[in-house]
Amino acid sequence: MKIGRRSFLSFVIGGAAGTAITPLPWKLMDDSSIWSQNWPWTPVPPDGEYSQSNSVCTLCPGGCGITVRKVDDRVVKIEGMKGHPVNDGGLCLMGLSGLQLLYGPTRVKTPLKRVGKRGEGKWEKISWDEAISEVAKKLADIRSNGGSHTVGSIVDSENGTVPNLFKRFLTTYGSPNFMTMPSIQDSYAMTLQVMQGVSAQVGFDAENADFILSFGSGIIDGWGSPVRMFKANSAWKANGKKVVQIEPRLSNTAAKSDKWIPINPGTEAALALGLANVIITNSLDSKKISQSSGFDSFKKLVQNEYGTEKVSKITGINSATIVSLAKNFARASKPLAICGKGQGSIPGSLNEFMAVHALNALVGNINKEGGVWAVTDTKYINWPKPEMDSIAENGIQKERIDGAGSEYPHTKSLLNRLAEVINSGDGSLEALFVSGANPLYSMPDSKAIKNAFDNIPFIVSFSSYMDETASNADLILPNHVYLERYEDVPTPAGLSKPIVGLTRPVVKPQFNTKHVGDVVMLIAKALGGGIADAFPWESYEACLKETLGVKWDILVEKGFEFNGDKCILEGDFNFYPDAMKSLSDFSSVSIEGSAISYPLILIPYDTIRLANGYIGDPPFAIKAVEDTVLKGKNSCVEINPKTGKELGLTEGRYASLLTPRGKAKVRVHLYEGIMPGIVALPRGLGHTAYDKYLAGKGCNFNELIGSTEDPVSGLDEAWGIRARLTKV
Amino acid sequence: MKEEGKHKKAKKYGMVINLDECTGCGACMVACMAENNVPFKEDESNKLDSIAWMRVYKLTNGKPYPEAEICYLPRPCMHCEGEHGHAPCVSVCPATATDYNHETGIVSQIYTRCFGCRYCMVACPYHARYFNWWDPVWPEESTKYLSPNVSPRMRGVVEKCSFCFHRYQLAMDKAYLEGRTVLEEDEYQTSCAQACPAGAITFGDLNNPEHKVHQLAKPDNKHGGRPGNPNVFRLLERLGTNPKVYYMSSREWVRQAGDNYINNEDLAKNYRH
Repeated sequence: MKIGRRSFLSFVIGGAAGTAITPLPWKLMDDSSIWSQNWPWTPVPPDGEYSQSNSVCTLCPGGCGITVRKVDDRVVKIEGMKGHPVNDGGLCLMGLSGLQLLYGPTRVKTPLKRVGKRGEGKWEKISWDEAISEVAKKLADIRSNGGSHTVGSIVDSENGTVPNLFKRFLTTYGSPNFMTMPSIQDSYAMTLQVMQGVSAQVGFDAENADFILSFGSGIIDGWGSPVRMFKANSAWKANGKKVVQIEPRLSNTAAKSDKWIPINPGTEAALALGLANVIITNSLDSKKISQSSGFDSFKKLVQNEYGTEKVSKITGINSATIVSLAKNFARASKPLAICGKGQGSIPGSLNEFMAVHALNALVGNINKEGGVWAVTDTKYINWPKPEMDSIAENGIQKERIDGAGSEYPHTKSLLNRLAEVINSGDGSLEALFVSGANPLYSMPDSKAIKNAFDNIPFIVSFSSYMDETASNADLILPNHVYLERYEDVPTPAGLSKPIVGLTRPVVKPQFNTKHVGDVVMLIAKALGGGIADAFPWESYEACLKETLGVKWDILVEKGFEFNGDKCILEGDFNFYPDAMKSLSDFSSVSIEGSAISYPLILIPYDTIRLANGYIGDPPFAIKAVEDTVLKGKNSCVEINPKTGKELGLTEGRYASLLTPRGKAKVRVHLYEGIMPGIVALPRGLGHTAYDKYLAGKGCNFNELIGSTEDPVSGLDEAWGIRARLTKV
Repeated sequence: MKEEGKHKKAKKYGMVINLDECTGCGACMVACMAENNVPFKEDESNKLDSIAWMRVYKLTNGKPYPEAEICYLPRPCMHCEGEHGHAPCVSVCPATATDYNHETGIVSQIYTRCFGCRYCMVACPYHARYFNWWDPVWPEESTKYLSPNVSPRMRGVVEKCSFCFHRYQLAMDKAYLEGRTVLEEDEYQTSCAQACPAGAITFGDLNNPEHKVHQLAKPDNKHGGRPGNPNVFRLLERLGTNPKVYYMSSREWVRQAGDNYINNEDLAKNYRH
């Protein structure tokens, strides 16, 4: 057929008209767009019945009340609980992102046994029966070989039923090595012990104070019970109360205070004593307290050794500022001095704690409204003393591996010494339990800790998440997360009114996990004999119910209960305890490294947006971190523009940060809020475990710093380390 | 609409953020993400593509050590009224995907209408709008915590703060069921205001003299809602966007940082409240 112009046109026009008339292409286009729109591009969250339940957040020692919002059996939001004595409706960003921990990709979903090399990440799923019998068999072997004292445990704190179950287990098994994660609570407890002769926790009546003198405490950076401190801070602002922050860096707390006084780092104790000198010399001290024992010696010490001029030289703060600060502090009607740097995870120098505590005593605010309280909980854990067999009796008589109680008689646990003891061959552990703690990440000198852990043949982690310690363990027996389990929450850090809270399941366990309390009991039962007899309870829940007794019903209904009133422990105040006498120099805390090869000083800083304990930042929290803290895969260090100029470093430049302990690649952030000569690095980054949202981002401060023993307590007092920063 | 107007005074929901109390903790950012099914990706350190309906900015006074000061400034959507509801973004949207609700004063964002031209992002002087460059991906079990009250957004659309409008709807539903048409102040609160541990965010009806926001900001509706309180300011006031988020600070440099002031400009003279 010949295609002419006419036939071509009629073919095209006819075809177009035909296509337009037939519905087929339109129908197909419509269908395909509907079809592609129904692809699972985005999830459609199912609706259901709405409900709420109350519990307590245990992500930090803050103990905030939470209300969770549920849709059917899904938890969709965590909110602060209205009317709770700690947080009254407010909540921090970690608490708010808790659901990412519950449903998140970092959960350990079933008991795991290591099959590859340690830390290689090769695991075999095993059943709970296998897991428990494996642990029991190992422990029975160690015990029968006379090594019961070489088994240890690391838990987050010594308070509450779960730590006490671990302690009871170790005691009846025959080991003294019950270790806890260190914090400023240890230093404060020690201070109260030494200066007041009381065994108590410290509590601050912060809300009622009217002049707050903080020696570097991150009041709004996560110190103490964070949300409670936020609330107190707002109340001070609203009522015109004064806050003075002393630290070398303009932290959030310093920025929000009424006055920021930069100080040469490590000289806080000297300042406290210098202030004491001004107060005593001007007779501004409380007359009653000057009758206390040791006052005259203390007076002599500060007047002879800590004159204003000298203190000014040590601290770098000018004399007029020191004098006016001392006077303002002493003349305030309810002054309060606090210490413990940042979030308070490094115990710190006991000198500093004693000096600051003496300052409080001088103005007469010990056990007073707006002051410092020695608080003891009404003890609610009253389990019968367990029957001990001969192995147990022998075992607990053995010296602790960390030297607590022997070399350092007043200290209960010295985890900071564990690595050195094991690495130097002075002691060894055959088995280690880790629960609610992540020492491989959060203890200083990570490399040494890692080496020490490599020398422990059997490590069992009870972590709910694949954290650094869990991924280096031999066996993981995953605990329920806090939204799936019952647990008592003892008085939050720094509260002056003791309360006990109850965490309770708001959702059924999502995975094949077991409550750590139940697992400890199951292991004990598998070991049999006296160990099994020490745990007569059917389950952890039964144990908790029995322990709390009449409180149980109140706690289930309310979520919290005041546990006794402020306990007024009237120990005689001693200004000049023996511990102080043994210390020749209060002026500054030593720092590792030589000033010649490491001209700068590296200090850590804490921000509430970065968690640096057992919990790592969930995705929402890490998303909220500023780009001057974390940029891409690198942590940013803060330096003064002056320092930057000297080193030839500009904003955003890559640099190499070197300390006697380690090395990291960082980016530079020039910040006018930091003392020249100082480098500040955020803590809470540099994880190697957890999920892709957290792992491999930034560097871990603990890899760059070592631990320094405080001469009195043996606790870690290192607040920084010498460092060098060079262009890359 | 006209009928309603006769017996019900229009509401104007707004916020007063006390920058003296704000600690920059970021709880508002996370409270918002958790409430509104905001997605997250592996790297969120590039803040240009990091979706944060509420973002906390850090301001500095520009002075050298040790006179340096910092202040944090949380920035939700300002829900601009402009003149008679002509918010900058609303005026430019070709799809009517964003609209000014005269009943509540809330600027909406309707994801299914939005086709991703991003005119509104250009028009918004506050960088309050974010574009979904990728489809959101929630890892494994994480879809379980998604709230059914807010639909997750797809690739190619713009999203922003809604003043938790779904909370308004839920509160209104509840009120209607109980035979009421007016909400109590605490019945409708945004997620950020509720979570703020410092209590720095106050939320309520700016038109209602009983509400705390009205008392704090003292808005002058005759003059584009300008604050009557000398410590209160709005961001880029001079643009005439008439935003409904007010900031409060006792520090002058902070108040100045809220607008494009010329160096050494006499604030009181040029800009009397």
